[in-house]
Amino acid sequence: MEQKRETLLEIHGLSVSFRMYDHGLEQTDLQVISDLYLTVYPGEIVAVAGSSGSGKSLLASAVLGLLPDNATVCGHLYYRGQELTPGRQKQLRGTQIALVPQSVTYLDPLMKVGAQADGHRRPLPTARRKGFFKRLGLPDQTEQLYPFQLSGGMARRVLVSTALLTGAGLVIADEPTPGMSLEQALEALRMFREMADQKKAVILITHDIDLAFEFADRVAVFYAGTTVETAPAWDFKQGPDRLRHPYSQALWRALPQNGFEPVEGFQPYAGDLPEGCLFSPRCPCKTEQCIRAVPPVRQIRGGEVRCFYGA
Amino acid sequence: MALEARKLYFRYDPKQPWILEDCTLRVDRGECLSVFAPSGYGKTTLAMLLAGYLRPARGKILLNDRPLPSKGICPVQLVCQHPEKAVNPRWRLKRVLEESGMLQEDMLEAFGIQRAWLGRFPGELSGGELQRFCVARALMSGADYLICDEISTMLDVITQAQIWRVVLDEARKRHMGVIAVTHNRHLAGRIATRVVELSGQT
Repeated sequence: MEQKRETLLEIHGLSVSFRMYDHGLEQTDLQVISDLYLTVYPGEIVAVAGSSGSGKSLLASAVLGLLPDNATVCGHLYYRGQELTPGRQKQLRGTQIALVPQSVTYLDPLMKVGAQADGHRRPLPTARRKGFFKRLGLPDQTEQLYPFQLSGGMARRVLVSTALLTGAGLVIADEPTPGMSLEQALEALRMFREMADQKKAVILITHDIDLAFEFADRVAVFYAGTTVETAPAWDFKQGPDRLRHPYSQALWRALPQNGFEPVEGFQPYAGDLPEGCLFSPRCPCKTEQCIRAVPPVRQIRGGEVRCFYGA
Repeated sequence: MALEARKLYFRYDPKQPWILEDCTLRVDRGECLSVFAPSGYGKTTLAMLLAGYLRPARGKILLNDRPLPSKGICPVQLVCQHPEKAVNPRWRLKRVLEESGMLQEDMLEAFGIQRAWLGRFPGELSGGELQRFCVARALMSGADYLICDEISTMLDVITQAQIWRVVLDEARKRHMGVIAVTHNRHLAGRIATRVVELSGQT
């Protein structure tokens, strides 16, 4: 029997909802993440792929405790076996769990990026930071620039360096590669790989799924606020026949190099989710059962899938 | 009928070296030009120059052999790389679309914009959702050229394929010229009729 592996991060039945004003003073709850499970082991890169607006960035905020006041979080989060309470999140944030934010507006506009990446740590990690900047192809004078003087791709590379400098055990990288050229993106992913190889872990939220398949160990596919499939990255490299969920197959087919064929329809709005399977309105192989009932999570070929028919 | 950049020179500060030096580019109506260059080369600067947001230090931007009009709707519309920096944070999204007259049923449908999003503020939408508004408003009537500065990097691949399909359909119907800045060669291969490489040496 396989021994139970030590986990770095466990997410159990996470749900996130926002309280919003509806009409006048009436308030409604809008559930944006529902019943989400994800486990990250030391030494792993877990790629999170999926629809834009499916709650990938909110997952990052929920783990770090950065959600706004009108958000309600249910479920359990564990970091190295211990529950993540708001107090613990605050303590671990930036030291044990680091974020590469999605938006380049997270840089302090009034601070030169070199000093900004160094932060308040003593002694200053200037030499290491210069090393990171160099590896990512940022010219020497970049450290003397303010964020508004950077291009989009340069700003992302500064954000990646900043997160890696923390030496955190878990880095959540929320779309770190847009704007970077292919070589720079590959270098950034190699740096994440080296980090993961030191018994640390990376959650890589990305739309560059073709790169993710190369570097990640597992891929979790999100749709409408929950995971529809978690599978070894190898299966995604093989092609749609190895994938278990019709949405993952649709993602694969929509890649420019694999057909560029979008599946019809759009992701359902969080306030107006279908009753059964979340993907059923767009699914090419739906049946009566899919429209009536929510499919349970099933284990198939070393992966998990939320579909009645995945095989 | 073409949009041209002739021998452009540009820098943000006279003390700094040129960002764009002797840059020449031409796009005709009806074609989709894909532009490649290393990160930090000045692609976004070039996009802003072409759409009239910046003025070149030397050289000319010509639309049908005349300078860009200084009044009225600019026939060259730009879709920015970071949608969160391109919409007024204090406007509800309904107003963003109304401003360009694009609050149209068929556009909402084509871009998959949910009715419920219209009443929200930009901070309450994801980057990918926001970008659909930015693309939709740029397709306003009067736009003959569309400059797309990495418009689909924050979108999932299915939405990326959907949005490009709408943009290219619309461009074909209205005989628009499109310049697409991207780092994705596979994507360029799908959408472009012509590819230009701007090397760091020019």
